[in-house]
Amino acid sequence: MAAAGTESLRWNLAEEVGVSGWSGSGSEEFHVLAVDDSIVDRKLIERLLKSSSFKVTAVDSGTRALQYLGLDGEKSTSAVGFNQESKAFKEIPVVIMSSENVLTRIHSCLEEGAEDFLMKPVKKSDVTKLKDFMVKGDQAEKGKRSSIKRKMDDDILKLTMPPTAIASSSSEVEDQSSSASHSPSSSSSSPCSSPCKRTRLQ
Amino acid sequence: MPLHHYRPPPNHGGITSTQQQQVTHQPPAMDVLSQSRRQLADYTNSLHRDGFLDDQFSQLQQLQDESSPDFVMEVVSLFFEDCQKLVTNMARALSELQAVDFKQVDSSVHQLKGSSSSVGAARIKNLCVAFKTCCDSQNRDGCMRCLQEVNRECVLLKNKLQTLFRLEQQIISAGGSIPM
Repeated sequence: MAAAGTESLRWNLAEEVGVSGWSGSGSEEFHVLAVDDSIVDRKLIERLLKSSSFKVTAVDSGTRALQYLGLDGEKSTSAVGFNQESKAFKEIPVVIMSSENVLTRIHSCLEEGAEDFLMKPVKKSDVTKLKDFMVKGDQAEKGKRSSIKRKMDDDILKLTMPPTAIASSSSEVEDQSSSASHSPSSSSSSPCSSPCKRTRLQ
Repeated sequence: MPLHHYRPPPNHGGITSTQQQQVTHQPPAMDVLSQSRRQLADYTNSLHRDGFLDDQFSQLQQLQDESSPDFVMEVVSLFFEDCQKLVTNMARALSELQAVDFKQVDSSVHQLKGSSSSVGAARIKNLCVAFKTCCDSQNRDGCMRCLQEVNRECVLLKNKLQTLFRLEQQIISAGGSIPM
């Protein structure tokens, strides 16, 4: 799961293909890639996630996130061995964290596929909700259509199937989306990138 | 009673001398521990009451445990380092003899607002709101005043939190644990 003050990508361990050492069945540990340019927020989200038994990798920019995932177009080895064609990307849910309480922006993030939108400062209860969502998503049958509902007035998320790609936007993500020709960190929430309708991690 | 007025009782809690032999009182260590706990509670309450800290700080405290026993201190240290950096950037931008780059100042204010909000530094966060307004109206003098206030509040909060951590340390030294 991704928690992004700026952006983060999460992948469900159970859905990963070809990554050694990570068993899908039985393991409840999710790995979150957290992206935030604020060192304070990085420290906080890392602790929040770890205390909810997530494994965490925290990076300070969208660029580094792409590098970590091996999606930066370089031939360099990434930490996790994804490639552009990997279907696993489409499964990565993304959650946005932002301090900006602008409804239109929140709405467009969700429209473009963000799984959830967390208002900063992020609290323990936000992460607990996310954890529940991830666990449920893990248990749900594959093949069902996902239906994600979100109430605008609070952060309640109702999910009925395995996580789909979630985009969490931030100014970092927007930069990435507009500059990369096919950026896997889809979802850009800002108006400037709305012409290209977000496609999930393609 | 407020702990800084606490004085140990002159004798064994006012018990008459004929009874003293039969008295069992709490060992001194326990007195120190409960005294320290009281001090910490009072001090923490006063910081909240005076608006230095808000609920987010309590959130940080709740995240501290055996696996991460210095979490609050670590985050707070990062925050003050970040503050320092941002204040320096803003001071430099505002002291430009030619045109002030208010966008840059605004960006720093935004970052400061975010991090102060994340650690529960309520007064600083609130200052950033006024600060942003000055940036938006390109008011250099207003910005300078805001910056001075921010600087002052950072120093103040840093001292307050150092006191808080010291009180926590007292509890730990007396055999207690944080959180209580």
